[in-house]
Order: sequence, then structure tokens, then C-alpha cells
Amino acid sequence: MDFIGAYSPDNLLFLLQGFWMTIQVAAISIVFSFILGGIFGVLRYAKIPVVSKIAAVIVEIIRNLPLLLIIFFVYFALPEIGLKFGVVASAIIALTVFESAMLAEIIRSGLNSVPKGQIEAGRSSGLSYIQTLWYIIFPQGIRKMVPPIVSQFISLLKDTSLAVVIALPELMRNAQVINAQNVNYIIPIFIFIAVVYFIVNYILSIIARRLELKTDY
Amino acid sequence: MLDFTILTENSDMFLEGFKNTLYVSFLALIGSFVLGTILAVFRIAPIKPLNWFGTAYVEFFRNIPILIILFFIFTGLPVLGIRLSGFVAGTLALMIYTAAFIAEAIRAGILSVPKGQMEAARSSGLTYNQAMLHVILPQAIKIVIPPLGNQFINLVKNSSILTIVAAGELMYQGDLISARTFVVFDVYIFVAVFYLIITLPLSYGVNRLEKRLAKSN
Repeated sequence: MDFIGAYSPDNLLFLLQGFWMTIQVAAISIVFSFILGGIFGVLRYAKIPVVSKIAAVIVEIIRNLPLLLIIFFVYFALPEIGLKFGVVASAIIALTVFESAMLAEIIRSGLNSVPKGQIEAGRSSGLSYIQTLWYIIFPQGIRKMVPPIVSQFISLLKDTSLAVVIALPELMRNAQVINAQNVNYIIPIFIFIAVVYFIVNYILSIIARRLELKTDY
Repeated sequence: MLDFTILTENSDMFLEGFKNTLYVSFLALIGSFVLGTILAVFRIAPIKPLNWFGTAYVEFFRNIPILIILFFIFTGLPVLGIRLSGFVAGTLALMIYTAAFIAEAIRAGILSVPKGQMEAARSSGLTYNQAMLHVILPQAIKIVIPPLGNQFINLVKNSSILTIVAAGELMYQGDLISARTFVVFDVYIFVAVFYLIITLPLSYGVNRLEKRLAKSN
């Protein structure tokens, strides 16, 4: 094992670049997932005949598939039907699809935590259903949603490492590139990136727990 | 439309992968259940160093990607002279990772058993270990089963990463078949269906259990 060689400034910089890619991909994916998951979550919450059922089926199927399969599918299978994306776009699409299904459930249960009387009150004060959701239900539900969304972001940061299979230059991939140079680097580099993931995710998990305590009343 | 001849002509490989995925998931479930139970008891036991170890294990492995564990075992350990097959390395990685989550689930279950139960058991002459084994754990298990079911679903999904170390499970067989037939789209759809055959009934069952448990409380 060669810790000093492994932790050369060049290598550390390269890993840092990888981590920056991880964070970017994860952040973009969570934003898109929030929008897409929000739509599906509301569709399931609203209990519109047929539409809600279809939304439920889509969410359940995606939630119960391995993310790795979705990544492979977007990158290798979609080109067969004429949809070709680059590595970064494929990773973002796959992560967004998968995380949207997760967030849809979080958002739905957040909305469900708001007492039904709130809808009735909103409607009887003259707001439309959409307005009631947007101005009354959503702002109250979001307090319950934030902690699990932060937890989901932790999963997302970890899951982004799966994009190593399509050679997305994120932290895991860059670690492998370094490891390919010298077998004595392998253990030191994995220890290093494990610590990086751990520190960032641990801080996030503390934030999630704090938020949970705060929103608990 | 999907080309079902791919499914029929390669049914032996699909089934082989399906079998291996189930096998790996079961092995890892049993291993992580044993390890997770020990860790959970460590975290609760009235012995400080055990608490620290349990907490450190759970927090560390929950916050790093499972791929690091897999790569560490599969490519890092050989540097130290420990060479494991992809199958063993993959199963171990799944076990080590999932144990952290199962430990948390079991700990929550144990903590949900009223304190008086432990005191009552202790004052009726049982030792701490006996009280844990015969009084607390049997009561905790009821609460623990739904989250355990969820972890099993995650295990099945996570077992797909074994394809990276060529361990012969479902995802890997899918990759082999698509490399042989030059068809990716249809093969991945079939692979997805095989995963769903395992995960959808499980998640339905977990949902039912959770609802029933919520009612009985």
C-alpha cells in the first residue's frame, strides 16, 4: 500500500473534480425529480379516476426496479429506439426517473399528513381545488416532506456512484482511473473516497434529523 | 413490439440469473439479519465500547455507496492477498451494507418495546441476555418485519451490482444475452419483468403488513 503516492496533489484534485461531478449530477437530478415526483405525488394524492391509478402503477414499477437497470436501459437500450444521450445526460435521466418515483411517495405521504378538513376549508372559502392544493395543502405538507427529501438526497449522492458503469466521470469512476495506475493505490484511494462520501452524507443526515425534530410538534 | 423469441430462446439464462438473484438475496438477507441483530444489540447494550462500535458501523456503512464496499472487497483485498470470487465478494458487500440498515430497523423495534418489559424480566431473575433473547426480541420482531421486508426488496435491487463483478445474477445474464443477440431494449425489459416478479409482491406484502400494524396500534 502506498498512501503517500496515492494521496498526491494531482490525484486528490482529480478526485475532487469527480466529487464535484457527483454533486452536480445529484443536485440537478434532485431538482428534476422534485418536479416530476411532485406531479406524480399530486396525481396519486388527488385520487382522479384512472389517472391516479396509472400514476400509482408507474411509480410502483419504477420504485421496485434496480437503479442500475434503469441506468443501463437509458444508456444502452434507448438508442435502439432512436433516443441517444451522452453519459452525463443519461445519468441525470436515469437518476431523475428513479428518484422521481421515490419522491412521489414522499410527497404523497407529506400531502396525506395534512388533515382533510383543510381541503374542505379551502374549497369552501372559494379557492379552486388546484389553488387549495397549492396555497393551503402544499405549504403545510412540505414541512413533513423536507426531512425525507434530505434523506433521499443522501441516497442519491450514493446512487450516483452507480453511473460508474457508463463511465460518468464522478468520484467512483475517477477513483477507479487512479487505481488502474497502481495496485498499491487501491486501498488508500477507496478509504479516501469512503471518508469523503461519509463526511458529506453524515452531515446531511444530521441536518435531516434536526429538521425532523424541528417539524415535530 | 417486444421480441418474445429472445425470451424463449434464452429462457435457461434468464432463469439461471433469476435463481442466482434470489439465492444471493437470501444469503445476504440471512447474513445481514444476523449481523444487523448483533449490531442493534451492541447499540443498546449497557456497555459503552459496544455502543461506540455499533454506532460507528451503522453510521459509516449507511453513508457510503455500496459500490465502494464491493470494489474494496473485490479489487482492494487481493492486494492484501485475499482473493474472493465475484459471487462471494458481492454477497459479502450486500451483507455488510444491508446489515447497517437492518441494525437500525431492529434497534427501532427493540426501543419500541416498553422499558418495563426489560425491568420485569430482569426482576423475575433473567439475565440481561436472557431477557433480550426471550422477552424483548420476540416482541420487537413484529414491528421489525415491515422494514425488514423493505430491506429485502432493497437487497434484491442492490444485488444487480453483482453484474459488475460478473457474478451471474439476473442483470449479468441480461448483459450476456444482449451481448449475444445484439438486442438490448427487449432484453432489459424482460430483465425488468423478472425483477418485478420478486419485488412487486414483496412490496405489496410489506404495504399490507404496515397497514395492519398501523391499525392494531
